[in-house]
Amino acid sequence: MRENILKVALIGNPNAGKTSIFNLLTGLNQKVGNFPGVTVDKKSGPCNKIKSRKVQIVDFPGTYSIYPRSADERVFFTEVTNPESDNFPDMAVVVVDAAHLKRNLLLFSQIKDMGVPAIIAMTMLDVLPEKDQLDLELLAQKLDSPIIPVNGRNGEGMEELIAEIERFEYHIPEPFLPMESYVHDDLFYRATAAFPDEHPYRVYQMMQQTDTYAGIGPEDIDIIDEIKENSSFKSHQLQAQETINRYRLLDDILREVKPHNKKIEENLRVSSQLDKILTHPLWGYFIFIGILFFMFQAIYSWASIPMDFIDEQFGALGEWISATLPDGALNSLISEGIIPGIGGIVIFVPQIAILFAFIALLEETGYMARAVFLTDRIMRVFGLNGKSIVPLISGVACAIPAVMAARNIENWKERLITILVAPLISCSARLPVYTILIALVIPDESIGFFNLQGLVLMGLYVLGFVLALGIALIMHKIINSPQRPFLIMELPSFRMPRWKNVGLTIYEKSKTFVFSAGKIIFIISIVLWVLASYGPGSEIAQAESIVTEQYQGDNQEELENLIASYKLEHSFAGYLGKAIEPVIEPLGYDWKIGIALITSFAAREVFVGSMATIYSVGTDAENTKTVKDRLATEINPKTGLPVFNLASGISLMIFYAIAMQCMSTLAIVKRETKSWKWPMVQLAYLTGLAYVSALIAYQTLI
Amino acid sequence: MNIADLKIGQKGIVTGFSDEELSLRLLDMGCLPGEEITLSCIAPLGDPIAIDVAGSRVSLRKKEASTVMIEKIS
Ligand SMILES: Nc1nc2c(ncn2[C@@H]2O[C@H](COP(=O)(O)OP(=O)(O)OP(=O)(O)O)[C@@H](O)[C@H]2O)c(=O)[nH]1
Ligand SMILES: [Mg+2]
Repeated sequence: MRENILKVALIGNPNAGKTSIFNLLTGLNQKVGNFPGVTVDKKSGPCNKIKSRKVQIVDFPGTYSIYPRSADERVFFTEVTNPESDNFPDMAVVVVDAAHLKRNLLLFSQIKDMGVPAIIAMTMLDVLPEKDQLDLELLAQKLDSPIIPVNGRNGEGMEELIAEIERFEYHIPEPFLPMESYVHDDLFYRATAAFPDEHPYRVYQMMQQTDTYAGIGPEDIDIIDEIKENSSFKSHQLQAQETINRYRLLDDILREVKPHNKKIEENLRVSSQLDKILTHPLWGYFIFIGILFFMFQAIYSWASIPMDFIDEQFGALGEWISATLPDGALNSLISEGIIPGIGGIVIFVPQIAILFAFIALLEETGYMARAVFLTDRIMRVFGLNGKSIVPLISGVACAIPAVMAARNIENWKERLITILVAPLISCSARLPVYTILIALVIPDESIGFFNLQGLVLMGLYVLGFVLALGIALIMHKIINSPQRPFLIMELPSFRMPRWKNVGLTIYEKSKTFVFSAGKIIFIISIVLWVLASYGPGSEIAQAESIVTEQYQGDNQEELENLIASYKLEHSFAGYLGKAIEPVIEPLGYDWKIGIALITSFAAREVFVGSMATIYSVGTDAENTKTVKDRLATEINPKTGLPVFNLASGISLMIFYAIAMQCMSTLAIVKRETKSWKWPMVQLAYLTGLAYVSALIAYQTLI
Repeated sequence: MNIADLKIGQKGIVTGFSDEELSLRLLDMGCLPGEEITLSCIAPLGDPIAIDVAGSRVSLRKKEASTVMIEKIS
């Protein structure tokens, strides 16, 4: 117990309820969902409810046994084998799903044998139809470990769990299964003789998982390798024997604790009925596509009402400030820089909220695992795995959690390809860009039943998905891997979503979106306002006289607009935009869009704010309307067409759909693939592909 | 015979595995020799399939399923 902090590891099978308990103990708000592999990294937090001692709770990704098969499962093993680590547990709370008792106790027995003192928190007792028949007291006695019944959904039993943690005293637990029952004597004696101070099962784990075992040095590895060689160590055979022996012992125990194995059949029956429909040869895909389709229509049509309202409010606020504050730099900074910038982000809250609500529902009900089941056969063709669908669907929200979620894929090649193509899925930061461009260039008409604008939006998502599959296929042909791909995954029983949880997700995600995106946008809109309002030469100061001199007509409004754009052209931002204009002209963009493109390379959600700022600088905020109206009236002086016409609008949307414009994603990809190679590959191929596709789109449409 | 030979609703008892590496994962998940399994779903394209074993529903590809030897029961 270093530094007098008690480190408590929450560990158990996937989907057993660990994170639910973690949230209850720490008051934090980590993601919970009804499918295996929601948590993919460790997360620690203090438990403030315990007053008598300092307690640090660490939540881990779920694992079926001490033998990890994927990157997320490996997290616990590397921590529990490394006494130097900050997260090395003093004790474990093994979260045991009562509906899958035997399987969950397998891991418990291994943790005990690792010499980690463990208590059991038993979840899911509420879904057991015959919970009274489970003799928990007897079971606790047989397992030599306290069992605390808890409910991860409503917090029942938390006081008892906390009290049990508080009472904890360090001890080395008795092994559950004697190693002699599966390891032959010769090996056993060699191993214990070489490491007399270590727990025998730990030494055995060093041999089983030499590469993953964290706390051993190079000399130890040599010794271990020698023992393995001399005693002809058969890793797989031993593992199989060990598992079978453990289950046998558990069977014996469980037979006394409960009369029958009938319990969960009830549960499976409900799921069975639903699965019959959801995986039906015809209805299965129909429902899957239908759900996605419904989601996009909802994002488009339901959200438009609150969005219009927000847009008007911000427009009015800008006008009011512009009229109220005394004229000058501050006035224009606020009414032309900050207000449009912030408004450009708040307006998308309704869409983001609906999007996250849908994803939360898919995750909470257990449908996500069915999506894996339904799509595996198709994904396989493209070098992906059914499990890739989880990152690809959650990528609709954000690529960062999506890239992390790929940890759940066992096969490295499939995981890598999933990571590489995940940013092609249109994330929520692109939604604002799409929305505003669609409103500008796509007529608000209906084709039969469907709204044309909604269809285009869906088309952009489909484009991203199709490209993701295409690129995956190419990568599949290029990248070689000796590892064999497979899919073995549990399909959890269906559950009613917890509405509070869904609500919380929506709230949290919208808040993060507004504040984290808001922060960047706030800063960039100020910087941009400065860059757009000042210039290197004296042209800006003299703009009025220069333009008035050249102007022939007598339309006052037109003159003012000309002055404004003359000023912008000679500002720092103007020169920047002009500098890249030759490159983007073939795509149909002018230098103003060029400015927005430059700012979007850090984060694409900046686009709308930047456009709002660029197009409002210099105009008279008092009678400018909303961002959308402002963009709609822009005329390209070279072509005489509106800047945002069908061709340039589509080209721009396609560019944003594909381009890699997110530093944070690149950073996460670097972390997950442990090299700069892959993020650079990603940056290069995505930017190139975006440019070429946008070029083709513009040139064919114009 | 193996799991891949079953039709929906048919049951079998696991007798062994023909692939050691895959068997480890299945053993971890409670799919042990002597355990009763039921084929519960087949994905629309005929692959993967889902079996009910030891109280949980596990999906696996046909190829993996064919490494699990069973004895059919009626
Ligand atoms: N009925 C019932 N459901 C529970 C209970 N505890 C948790 N759940 C639900 O079980 C599901 C899984 O919960 P999580 O806390 O995400 O499980 P986890 O162990 O962290 O899962 P992974 O991170 O994927 O390993 C969620 O839908 C929870 O709402 C419980 O005691 N009873
Ligand atoms: Mg979790």
